[in-house]
Amino acid sequence: MIGLAHLLTLSTILFAIAVCGIFINRRSVILLLMCVELLLLAVNFNFIAFAYYLGDLAGQVFVFFILTVAAAEAAIGLAILVVLFRNRLSVNVEEFSLLKG
Amino acid sequence: MQQIPEIFPLILFYGWSGMLIAAAVGVITARNPVHSVLLLVLCFVISAAIWLLLRAEFLAVALVLVYVGAVMVLLLFVVMMLDINVERMREGLTRYAPLGVLVGLLLAAQLSSVWWLRRSGLEVAAPADSLAFEEGNTQALGTLLYTEHLYAFEIAGYILLLAIIGAITLTLRRRKGLRVQQVSEQVAVRPESRVRLVRMPAEKDQ
Repeated sequence: MIGLAHLLTLSTILFAIAVCGIFINRRSVILLLMCVELLLLAVNFNFIAFAYYLGDLAGQVFVFFILTVAAAEAAIGLAILVVLFRNRLSVNVEEFSLLKG
Repeated sequence: MQQIPEIFPLILFYGWSGMLIAAAVGVITARNPVHSVLLLVLCFVISAAIWLLLRAEFLAVALVLVYVGAVMVLLLFVVMMLDINVERMREGLTRYAPLGVLVGLLLAAQLSSVWWLRRSGLEVAAPADSLAFEEGNTQALGTLLYTEHLYAFEIAGYILLLAIIGAITLTLRRRKGLRVQQVSEQVAVRPESRVRLVRMPAEKDQ
């Protein structure tokens, strides 16, 4: 039997790695997007673990919706990335300071 | 039916967990963005395997089919399409790495301590097969989605539609000087504007 705390710790470690990745890769927008995907995956782990341990399918329904929103977010994010690259020929976050005033 | 030893799922879980964490570390440290995306695909596949252990069969399949099959391939397309200067992207790595590792360790320690110290208040008795419905995971989830969570399901559909329209609108560009068909003008055309009958004197015999 897999312990609940073990599962939650796994998702915590995954979440921490993804946050770490956001700090480390502060330059590439693509890697930031990938780190956001990892964050959402870690959150999904929590939902699945609790759905299993509380015997409630509502957690899995939530994971379904999170996957939907994450897919939409990835599509829009990549579209914005493509447009940005077309205009600036770079994916460096530090060069995207158009709105700074 | 042969009884599966109790230790078997545990071995699978810890093995997959180790692989998952290693792949996640690889995602954030790989030099080449393409390698990062491929390691992220590995992350998702291992997660789907762990979800199978936790009786989320439909979501595991959906994760592999929808996420790895569509979203990750889209990400891979974009990464390969954009001409990224890899070396310049890695310049900031050493500058921010200590801060990132510090934040990550703090976050992991805090969240884990919450799980390990405060779990006494939660009634989780690890039910053996509480999610093992007679009709199977997919049907149970579908019943729940189409009855109780119907509005949320429809809103999710609208969000996907919005994503489609948004992505197309963002990336659509009108090129100058491109010859396109204009149906309204074609339909509205009159014979007079196309064919002009001219009266000419007939040629004389030689």
